[in-house]
Amino acid sequence: MQARKKILIGLSLLIFILAAISVFIGVAQMDLSDPRGMMILTVSRIPRTIAALLTGSALAVAGVVMQQIVRNRFVEPGTAGTAESAALGLLAVTLIAPQASIWIKMVAASVSALIGTSIFVKMIRKLPPREVLLVPLAGIVLSGVIGAIVTWIGWQTDMMQFIATWLMTGEFSGVIAGRYELLWIAGLAAGIAFFAADRFAILGLGPEAATALGLSPRAVMRLGLAVVAVVTAMVVVSVGMIPFVGLVVPNIIARLIGDNLRAALPVTALGGGALVLACDIIGRVIVAPFEIPAGTILGVLGAGIFLWLLWRPARPSKAAAMGPTDV
Amino acid sequence: MIEIKNVSYAIGGAKILQDINTVIPKGSVTALIGPNGAGKSSLLNLIGRIEPLQTGTIDVDGQNVTTSHSGRLARTMAFLGQHTAVASRLRVSELVAFGRWPHCHGRPGPEDHEKVADAIAQFSLRGLADRFLDELSGGQAQRAHLAMTFAQDTPWVLLDEPLNNLDMAHSRILMRKLSDLRDAGKSVVIVVHDLNQAAAWADHLVAMKHGRVVVSGAPDEVLTPDWLSALYDTEVQVLRYADRPLVLSHV
Repeated sequence: MQARKKILIGLSLLIFILAAISVFIGVAQMDLSDPRGMMILTVSRIPRTIAALLTGSALAVAGVVMQQIVRNRFVEPGTAGTAESAALGLLAVTLIAPQASIWIKMVAASVSALIGTSIFVKMIRKLPPREVLLVPLAGIVLSGVIGAIVTWIGWQTDMMQFIATWLMTGEFSGVIAGRYELLWIAGLAAGIAFFAADRFAILGLGPEAATALGLSPRAVMRLGLAVVAVVTAMVVVSVGMIPFVGLVVPNIIARLIGDNLRAALPVTALGGGALVLACDIIGRVIVAPFEIPAGTILGVLGAGIFLWLLWRPARPSKAAAMGPTDV
Repeated sequence: MIEIKNVSYAIGGAKILQDINTVIPKGSVTALIGPNGAGKSSLLNLIGRIEPLQTGTIDVDGQNVTTSHSGRLARTMAFLGQHTAVASRLRVSELVAFGRWPHCHGRPGPEDHEKVADAIAQFSLRGLADRFLDELSGGQAQRAHLAMTFAQDTPWVLLDEPLNNLDMAHSRILMRKLSDLRDAGKSVVIVVHDLNQAAAWADHLVAMKHGRVVVSGAPDEVLTPDWLSALYDTEVQVLRYADRPLVLSHV
């Protein structure tokens, strides 16, 4: 418990420092005594910082929720077809009703993300439960299939540019006031997950245990799917999908704090926010005055961290622990 | 009392349970016995509303398990299945505290804390309370889950093969705790393979085979060479020891 407090304080401090850095670095010189400088701050720098924090927190929380409802540590919205489904919905509404308001696009993206993720959940029920790595593999296959459909439609309709901004690399250079506020909805959805933290933790013990404690596993699962779908859709719509946050952060936090989500979720959210903001800052600094998208930085960094998590032998991972005991 | 009426159950084309009609008495330890595949776990799952009923009805203390509110049923009966080998990174104390969920829904009061601490102490888990479940042995994890079930503190306790993974000492301790529950006015239903545990501790036996109830009654009535040989399709001898039937089948 003490460790958790230290991590919470440490992460909060880290976010504070990162946010300060994020606000004060950038191509434009910022002079706060000048109204133009003030404008850069309020229209560009602060929104960008908030956007990175919201995206990272919400994606990390969505990752935890997804891992609890499918009871597998190796899945995240980016590898379960959720992001591609959101893009498919977005593409469909853009083609069918190009004049549709952002709200309609948002709903379309959320609904199709929900459908895609539900297909994933249905699909993995048929897999043998002991083959833990089949679940993420199935997710990657499904992502590939839906992604291919999106790409094909994109080619045919000359929409590849849009698709690239949704799926390829999430980045924050386009974030200005008025163009990132949907991310607050992602933050809100993640907040709802916090209030249902105990339910998700109990569902993580299996549908049998959840039923015995008087919960409806299906209802909890539906809530979880909704959270994952809304978070992913909002991120895809506003800044584009960012890989690995939903995978790496929850795994590290589970090792440190455990699966008691009520204790772990706030830490996960802070960790996700800090990681994405840090990656955005790195991307802004290393090739200044140009930028590398945060999603690209995370692709490299996240893959590295994840491999380290997989290979580090210290404690039994979920996969290792399932093997011998469950015979 | 648990009333089971006309319950049949099939998975795919396979008939798991066929026309079960029996009554499980209140205030006693009841053991479901029978060979592998007899349908004992399925019946317990149906009583615990883990699986939905296909035909027939089951009432626990007058509450229909299909139509009653699941949250209310969770305050009437606690259920522990066989799949306790979950690789969860919950701490033992957190798992046991989830046993109070039906009562406090995540906002534990002093009574809840007390019951959790008591359950942890009862299963000698104090030293392990801060350990993660995936760092425990099979027997320790089993005890943690049993402590969660006890913390739920319900009039009925349903346990599916609770002696799995437990050594002799912990098996005996558990069975004694179950009879203590009975003495405190609660009712216990267990699926058990060790007939001598059933003989020593149960008041009522329900013997099943091929998805049907073959015989039910007191241990002295059920644990006879004739019934058991028919039940298990193997020759079984029954002696008497400590005024209880002693079942011998290994030679």
